[in-house]
Amino acid sequence: MTSPGSTEGFPLLSILIFAPVAVAAVAALVRSERWLRWWALVGTTAIALFSLQLWTGFSTGTADFQFVENAAWIPGLKINYSVGIDGISLLLVLLTTLISPLCVLCSWSYIKTRVKEFLLCLLIMETAMLGVFCALDSILFFVFWEAMLIPMALLIGVWGGPRKIYASLKFFIYTMAGSIFLLVALIALRLHTGTFHIPDLMGQHYDPVFQCWIFAAFFISFAIKVPMFPFHTWLPAAHVEAPTAGSVILASVLLKMGTYGFLRFCLPIVPYGTHVFAPYVLWLSVIGILYGGFAALAQSDLKKLVAYSSVGHMGFATLGIFALNTAGLEGATLVMINHGVTTGALFISVGIIYERLHTRELSAAAGLGKSMPIFIFFLGVFCLSSLAFPGTNSFIGEFLVLSGAFAVSLILVACAVPGVVASAAYNFRMLQRIAFGGTQNPDHHDLKDLNFREIATLVPLLVFVFWIGLHPQPFINVMHASVQHLVAQVGSGAISVPAPLP
Amino acid sequence: MIFVAQFLPELVLLLGALVLFVIALGESQQKLARTVALIVAIATFGAAAASLHQQADLFSGAYRVDQFSQLLKLVLSFGFVCVVLLSGDLPDIRGEVKSEYYLFLALSVTGLVMLVSCVEIISIVVALELSSFPLYLLVPMRRERAGQRSQMEAAIKYIMFGVAANGIMFFGLSYLYGITGTTHLVELAARLAPAVHSPLAITGLGLAFCGLYYKLAIFPFHFWTPDVYQGASNETASLVASLPKVGAVAVLIRFVSLATPENAAVATMLTCLAVGSMFFGNLTALVQKDFKRMLGFSGIAHAGYAVMGFVALDQAGYTAALYYITGYLLMILACFVVISRVSRDGANVAIEELAGLHRRSPLLAATLLVGVFALAGVPPFVGFMGKFSLLSAAYARGHLALVIIAVVNSAIAVYYYLQVVRQAVFGETNASAVATPISLAWPTRILCVILIFGIVALGVVPGTVIDTISHSLAFVTTGPATALLGR
Repeated sequence: MTSPGSTEGFPLLSILIFAPVAVAAVAALVRSERWLRWWALVGTTAIALFSLQLWTGFSTGTADFQFVENAAWIPGLKINYSVGIDGISLLLVLLTTLISPLCVLCSWSYIKTRVKEFLLCLLIMETAMLGVFCALDSILFFVFWEAMLIPMALLIGVWGGPRKIYASLKFFIYTMAGSIFLLVALIALRLHTGTFHIPDLMGQHYDPVFQCWIFAAFFISFAIKVPMFPFHTWLPAAHVEAPTAGSVILASVLLKMGTYGFLRFCLPIVPYGTHVFAPYVLWLSVIGILYGGFAALAQSDLKKLVAYSSVGHMGFATLGIFALNTAGLEGATLVMINHGVTTGALFISVGIIYERLHTRELSAAAGLGKSMPIFIFFLGVFCLSSLAFPGTNSFIGEFLVLSGAFAVSLILVACAVPGVVASAAYNFRMLQRIAFGGTQNPDHHDLKDLNFREIATLVPLLVFVFWIGLHPQPFINVMHASVQHLVAQVGSGAISVPAPLP
Repeated sequence: MIFVAQFLPELVLLLGALVLFVIALGESQQKLARTVALIVAIATFGAAAASLHQQADLFSGAYRVDQFSQLLKLVLSFGFVCVVLLSGDLPDIRGEVKSEYYLFLALSVTGLVMLVSCVEIISIVVALELSSFPLYLLVPMRRERAGQRSQMEAAIKYIMFGVAANGIMFFGLSYLYGITGTTHLVELAARLAPAVHSPLAITGLGLAFCGLYYKLAIFPFHFWTPDVYQGASNETASLVASLPKVGAVAVLIRFVSLATPENAAVATMLTCLAVGSMFFGNLTALVQKDFKRMLGFSGIAHAGYAVMGFVALDQAGYTAALYYITGYLLMILACFVVISRVSRDGANVAIEELAGLHRRSPLLAATLLVGVFALAGVPPFVGFMGKFSLLSAAYARGHLALVIIAVVNSAIAVYYYLQVVRQAVFGETNASAVATPISLAWPTRILCVILIFGIVALGVVPGTVIDTISHSLAFVTTGPATALLGR
């Protein structure tokens, strides 16, 4: 299943994964805050540019893992250091490297205390996130998966809002409790197959009951991370209290780790279990879409609004994944990327408002449009993108997901539609209030519009909104072979199932 | 003098103890005693490193120097160095006995260092007692002051439970002797093998383990733990919490390997103890206010995790247990460094007193963070890898229920560890008096860095360590006991 791809002996992925730690190590020695910020920005930007090599060197014709590196890590426990990427993880790796410099930028003036520790946390997070998306050894995956808990909990707990400690502990306990079941499942698979190598775990035709148990263990940990309804309660708390950069990382990358886990572990390793549970997961996704949409509609706190919209968007991602067909999976992957771009941008926008008004109340932000026209332009585009307006990125993703889900069940799609409507409602409500909210906040007129740094933060995301929205083909091409392969893998589990669709 | 080369760590320790004894005879010379103790500790570490690859049977075969024992001596002497560095100038030990403190410290470590080499029941007993009695004396050496007399209660508890547990252990050993007619472990294993499933042998083994359960603080032999941790001075508690557990695991490996590889009764017994320890330790730790007491209960839980390795009854399990307890040594010492430096005048530290530690001393906060997260089992620290290898070993032998219980327990434990982190990193001090910066002497800084480095390194690149431990445990599978069972 795996053949060494276009590696040529150059450890591209390892350099990429550990470059942020190297940047962090240097940053630890820098004393001036100004230089620290610049160094972190230069470092993360260089990493982002470096990661483009993956894009250019990636061959789209194959579903094999590429840029593969293998080395013995802990021979006593048969754990290897092995990394590699396929079309799906490539996109997520690039998303991560794109988001990281933006996180540095958007916290430029937002973070005033303990700047060095903040940037160190960000950089260590980047390593952990890249590691998760690149790991081909399940224990390596797990180590990276858990390693991001500490910096993320610190990001929320140290630099967060008023209830930061509660949010941070809740985040930590929730995710940790979920992931230990993942560990047990990985050990169980290892004892069954004798390997921790993820590609070798696939296509093993495990015993059906065993598959169901493994799926259940996987599902708990990934569903908490996504988060799927009813495991989502840590998310609004964490998002609301986290600093802007924390929210952006959380929304853009961390949540993707859950859906990525589904794609990398559940579908190919336990296809039978996936087929057994898929109907229920589909309905949970629909509930998530509806719940996220309507909960967002009721929020008066901007960050909470965006946080609940995340629950809805991620519901689309899981809906697409568990549709288990090409359109659904490609759509889900695109939704993951889109959500990273759009929601990240919305959180940055909320952060920009917060820096000026020191509140995130929608009512206080009403009427900003008068004094901040450039900002409103950006916010408008991102809101349209968030509600999946045609021509923006989310439209493509959600369209593909819904067409994939349509192939599974008409009722399912019909039930998800009110969620789409709700997302239009809450986005327009937010946009309308902020842009044209009237004169109820007369003290807005001396607010400064976006400065160059803030524009520079938002422009890359804007580019992707339209690029994916108008010309998604390159992105779909990259993942197409991997998705086809995945569909074939998961299809192998369907033979004995009498299609138990509700 | 080949004998000297093989016996070097013990000789250095004994000589050091003698010197300390002479120093303790005169007026209290704490500085001198401390310097000597540090030199002895470092020399022991060097000697243990130098004699790492020695092989010998000494004293008519009662004392075996092999890779296993030498590796543990290295670990123990490393812990000894750490404990001496950690002790500082013993703020809470009565002034007139400060130099004696180092004497008993050295003697206790001597006992442990000898314990790991003993392969004969009588010498095991002697070494065990040699390591225990100095500890019984160290606990009540804490200063008395208003509202602080708990050290006496702790000491009495420690002695009573210790003596009782040892009594039970001797009783069990007498059974084993009765069955086999020998006190030599290798021979004993061979003679016990045909009868190892008999109720008498299982009773004997089960009772013999008790003395070690007591050292490890396994439920239901744990009752002394929280009180001793709380009652003893911070430095003494750091010793009680760390080194004896390593020694106990070493001897437990020797004893449990008598029942290797298949013994459902022993496995069930160990499973029950592990489950009891994990639940009792973790659930009780949830409500603790005193940091040391919390660590005491968490120590019970960690002992439960370590016993999981023994449940497997095979080399992988013992390797995991030994690796885990080595990691635990580092993690718990990291926590105790912080306790003894944060503590004002040697008093106990409530978890709340850690508030704002990141402002008072970033290095201590970092040490605490690493130590506590490692205890919680978060990668990339050694606590995770240790727990992972324990879970793998137990699961490999089909103990799925135990694995799930352990996993649930690690989830419970996260909560109280996070409470510590919450205070130390997120918390803000409101009283300005508490917010004074803590200045650290160079030895403490070095110790902190070594511990952080060790916890990370053992977690990230444990390959060599695990291999070495695994090789050193070759006697478990190649021993006559297993040979007779046709494995």
